[in-house]
Amino acid sequence: MTDKIKIKDLNFHYGAKQALKNINLSVKEKEITALIGPSGCGKTTFLRCLNRMHDLYPGNRYEGEIILDGMNILDKGLDLIKLRSKVGMVFQKPTPFPMSIFENIAFGLKLIGIRKKKEISERVEKALRDSALWDEIKDRLHEPALSLSGGQQQRLCIARAVAVEPEVILMDEPCSALDPVATAKIEDLMTDLKKYYTVVIVTHNMQQAARVSEYTGFFMLGEVVEFDFTQKIFTAPANKLTEDYITGRFG
Amino acid sequence: MTREAYHKALKELQDEVMKMSAMVGTAIKESMEALKARDVEKSRRIVKNDMLINRMRFDIEEKCIRLIATQQPMAVDLRILASIINVITDLERIGDHAEGIAKISVSIGDEPLVKPLIDMPVMAGKALSMLQRCMTAFVERDSETAKKICNEDDEVDALYDTIYNELVLMMVQDPKIIKDATYLIWAAHNIERMADRVTNIAERVVYMVTGKMEEMNVSKY
Repeated sequence: MTDKIKIKDLNFHYGAKQALKNINLSVKEKEITALIGPSGCGKTTFLRCLNRMHDLYPGNRYEGEIILDGMNILDKGLDLIKLRSKVGMVFQKPTPFPMSIFENIAFGLKLIGIRKKKEISERVEKALRDSALWDEIKDRLHEPALSLSGGQQQRLCIARAVAVEPEVILMDEPCSALDPVATAKIEDLMTDLKKYYTVVIVTHNMQQAARVSEYTGFFMLGEVVEFDFTQKIFTAPANKLTEDYITGRFG
Repeated sequence: MTREAYHKALKELQDEVMKMSAMVGTAIKESMEALKARDVEKSRRIVKNDMLINRMRFDIEEKCIRLIATQQPMAVDLRILASIINVITDLERIGDHAEGIAKISVSIGDEPLVKPLIDMPVMAGKALSMLQRCMTAFVERDSETAKKICNEDDEVDALYDTIYNELVLMMVQDPKIIKDATYLIWAAHNIERMADRVTNIAERVVYMVTGKMEEMNVSKY
């Protein structure tokens, strides 16, 4: 199992407040890694470090290294557009653009410089197929994306992320706004996606982490308390804090 | 997100397992007393009471399944429930072995025993003590004691060998007693199996505490 991302001594500050402390872990290539922990533990903060989303706001500061394919993505002067096309993101609430289904996906493709209409059409279709959405919407490609159901919108967002052919997909509670049927579809989709992509998911739903991931990291107060195989974490965790959290003894 | 009702239910379930093990313990003790005292009525009562143990096993199992379905237990809670399901199966079977001794006692009827029972009550006492200490280890999450208890199975096996050899010798000397001597070998065999099942329970205690599944003591029988 190859390390896709290696995080070394990562510290992160929101202005004066330290949100992540000495994070060391490895994200394995083409596997799903889940991050769990109580609200405010730093898991989403950590996820957003992986594509430098925090750079959108002033005053935030990183220390340490995040090595993606041998390159430290925290290096100054890094091309953030390139990084984010390599490391895509799906958010908690579906965030389709107020345009057609087709344009939602074509938008990102145009942004990375693809101009040929035929190539755009092909890649839109492939992304929608890869996101298990094609069969449901192939006759409605030019309708507004906002007319889709919540679950379909979320899969559209995944399609949008997938279309630019990233290597890593970050998911921040992608199912928290969805019903169980839509959630099951996204979970199935994640299992398909890991054939091609490395997936990191933040979830509040521990059963979801247990169902979909191979590795799980338990965060608390900005630190990684335990990181191990998912089946180990949920059957016999090594740390008492992990055990107390996942069995609902605190949280 | 603390889950008080759920943890209370989990605790109550463990209390019920302890209650079931106390019932099984009583069955072991009384089945041996009844056999020794030739108290057929008491033996019949033990046979009848075994139904209660069987019923309790199903009740506990149903509650375990309900908790798994509704609470999605994880980590130590999941290991506790998985262990309970196994432990109650072994407890129920130990109850059957006590019932087996009571049935033998009923079959022997009013006839006197072919020999006074000396080693067999010792053997039953040993098996009972193993069970009781193992169940204490279960509530106290004491895997070390559970492991040690497994080694004691060899002592029960040795007592079984003694009883078996003695009765075989008696049958060779006097074939008229073959039927009644065989009954006693069966009774001793029931006790031997009880101790084996206690080692199964001990293995579950170790799993519950450590998360590791390992065979502790392979019985020679």
